[in-house]
Amino acid sequence: MELTTVWFGLIAVLWIGYFCLEGFDFGVGMLLPVLAKNDTERRVLINTIGPVWDGNEVWLLVAGGATFAAFPEWYATLFSGFYLPLLLILVALIVRGVAFEYRAKRDDVTWRRRWDLAIVVGSVVPALLWGVAFANIVRGVPIDADLEYVGGFFNLLNPYALLGGVMTLLLFLTHGAMFISLKTDGPVRYAARSLAVRIGVLAAAVTVVFLLWTQVETGSLGSAAAFVLAAVALLAGLLAAAAAHEGWGFTGTFVAIALGVGGLFLALFPDVMPTSLLGGTSLTTTNAAATSYTLGIMTVVAIVFTPLVLAYQSWTYWVFRKRISVHHIPERPAVAARP
Amino acid sequence: MDPLDIARWQFGIITVYHFLFVPITIGLSAIIAGYETAWLRTGNPRWLRLTRFLGKLFLINFAIGVVTGIVQEFQFGMNWSDYSRFVGDVFGAPLAIEGLLAFFLESTFLGLWIFGWDRLSGRLHAACMWLVHLGTLFSAYFILAANSWMQNPVGYAYNATTGRAEMNDFAAVLFNKVQLVTFPHVVLSAYMTGAAFVVGVTLWLMTRARTNEEDRGMYRSAVRTGAVVVLVAGLGVAVSGDVQGKIMTDVQPMKMAAAEGLYETESPADFSILTIGSLDGSREKFSVRIPGVLSFLATGTADGEVTGINDLRAEYRQTYGQDPGATYYSPDDYTPVVPVTYWSFRLMIGLGMAGAAAAVALLWATRRRAGPVGRVMVATGMALPFLPLLANSFGWIFTEMGRQPWAVFGLMTTSQAVSPGVSAAVMLISLVTLTVLYAALAFVEVRLLLTYIRLGADPPAPDAGPDDHPGDPADRPLAFAY
Repeated sequence: MELTTVWFGLIAVLWIGYFCLEGFDFGVGMLLPVLAKNDTERRVLINTIGPVWDGNEVWLLVAGGATFAAFPEWYATLFSGFYLPLLLILVALIVRGVAFEYRAKRDDVTWRRRWDLAIVVGSVVPALLWGVAFANIVRGVPIDADLEYVGGFFNLLNPYALLGGVMTLLLFLTHGAMFISLKTDGPVRYAARSLAVRIGVLAAAVTVVFLLWTQVETGSLGSAAAFVLAAVALLAGLLAAAAAHEGWGFTGTFVAIALGVGGLFLALFPDVMPTSLLGGTSLTTTNAAATSYTLGIMTVVAIVFTPLVLAYQSWTYWVFRKRISVHHIPERPAVAARP
Repeated sequence: MDPLDIARWQFGIITVYHFLFVPITIGLSAIIAGYETAWLRTGNPRWLRLTRFLGKLFLINFAIGVVTGIVQEFQFGMNWSDYSRFVGDVFGAPLAIEGLLAFFLESTFLGLWIFGWDRLSGRLHAACMWLVHLGTLFSAYFILAANSWMQNPVGYAYNATTGRAEMNDFAAVLFNKVQLVTFPHVVLSAYMTGAAFVVGVTLWLMTRARTNEEDRGMYRSAVRTGAVVVLVAGLGVAVSGDVQGKIMTDVQPMKMAAAEGLYETESPADFSILTIGSLDGSREKFSVRIPGVLSFLATGTADGEVTGINDLRAEYRQTYGQDPGATYYSPDDYTPVVPVTYWSFRLMIGLGMAGAAAAVALLWATRRRAGPVGRVMVATGMALPFLPLLANSFGWIFTEMGRQPWAVFGLMTTSQAVSPGVSAAVMLISLVTLTVLYAALAFVEVRLLLTYIRLGADPPAPDAGPDDHPGDPADRPLAFAY
């Protein structure tokens, strides 16, 4: 296989990792005002992702860095072209990250309310905009012959892309609710499970419409298979959650997101950013790629270090595998004494 | 406004801001890991209390460092897309590797450290902080390798067909001679910064009236340990900086000439501590000069020849033709903004030396276990954290402004690097948004930091009394929770 194809696959894997992991972080953040009735319950929710959210977000940084290294033209066109949505995502991720760390540092209702708002908004905005951005990439945007995006901001807000945004928003909500039902105990757990099924039905409906639309417009045989399996996984997950199998429910949304994103990349291939302009030039795995020398080095680095990263990140999830409930939450959050 | 100006201001503001938090993270993670290890070795509760106290301050600082780091990576593509196209084949690799090797390590093991007090054995817990520190070092190495390539591009060939720089020797990029001296210089200054932070905080706690005798001893020990680290690291910063100056004279002579505002080639060349007058060399009203020092900084001998800006400019015109950035930098083509390089160079060195001197003074002032510390010395201790912190900022301003008009020395000017498709209005939205957001975060961060500094270290944990939570240990409250 050509190295450019390998790296297209690896970039897809990084984005899949990002959406599968930070997807439930976003969901937890968005569900803060829905599932928690008081501050202790809010803290239960936040602490389910407390040790892992930052590591999950690194998948985005590595996806961005790897795109820069492996497909510099893609990185340049995408980031300069989708400027304002990315700026919004950046601002959201900044306030959200700080909110997790700072919220518990003061025992003050106003202080915590403000950071709660930052967590909710900081989760909704990227959950929506990543979908909009990816839908636009797959659909094609105006890219001229110099590989510059010439579409402006409002061109990105077309019906297909907005549907994509609603889809990721709903999927991440479902995924987050599944995660909460798996990681908490007490009333929150059951409320999350039932909510996961209810939002999940809506998410499934939107997802099926969006994936069908994608398949009709730009699909390939591979993407069709991935989309069908994604839909099956999502429905199986919802059925499992309805039958009180929380682990399988979470697995279902996890696999559905992975296959859905994977399918979008398959629909994209061999383009990485197709143009919608008549005289424009599409960015492909070939014309956007770095040299085979650079790709070769990056391949070696990826082969050596990715398994290591996966091993210690999985270990973190193992260390913090226990369910959390209100009686686990210490009164003084940041100043707890060692047992 | 010109998009180029806005993009440059944004890069300057968000990078200097980000780098206020980075060196504290690098330095403090090592100090905390050291204290935790000391606690494991000796069982002295003092070291555990310092570990936990400094750990809290570390996290408040780390949060901002992490989130502002995301912008660093994104803005190359957003504001500097032509740069990204041109250098991606070389510059992207260290960035991607930084993410894979460093960011995963830092974030994962910091999460384990924060939440793992009751889940991991003591040794494993301390190892987590060491791994965080290792992550910060990896991160520093790869990002500095990328920056060093911009100062001294090596290991690449220009491909006229693709119109970009393409890597052909990764080892040359990783072991660039600029990189080999920049890495120790930056990391040592980070140790200096982290330790200066510890000195400032613990000296204040040590000398305030309500601190009891036991705590006073604990804080005094932290002050003295911190001051020794500031001093030792400071010496290392000076030595590595000296070597760096000589390499800079070799690969970027214009930067060295601009550091002094040296227009005519001189041998021996003096170093002026300050100059009042115009810096374009035409009028000089007053200056304090030390003979031969610039020669020594640049060449290692007191009478070595230092090439001046005018000769270099002529030479660069010959080599590179008409200055591609001339419209932007005219009329001083190929010349950085000399007042900026002149003063940032002096402030970097001066503040760094002041930091080391303050550490010596504080070691002397705290030499006696029970002796009082004078007001001037307390004020010195309060000022100490800011000295290396600002020296870092001026160091970066110097090294980046001194490279101008180049983005990649000899290959691409800054005006060629900016995104051609992004309008000034959009860039301005970004600049204003990020600046306002960063200012608000700084306000919140400093207030929170001060609150937690005032609280001081928690009292020693009481001996394990009767268990409040009989039954399943899994039902106990978490040792730490957000």
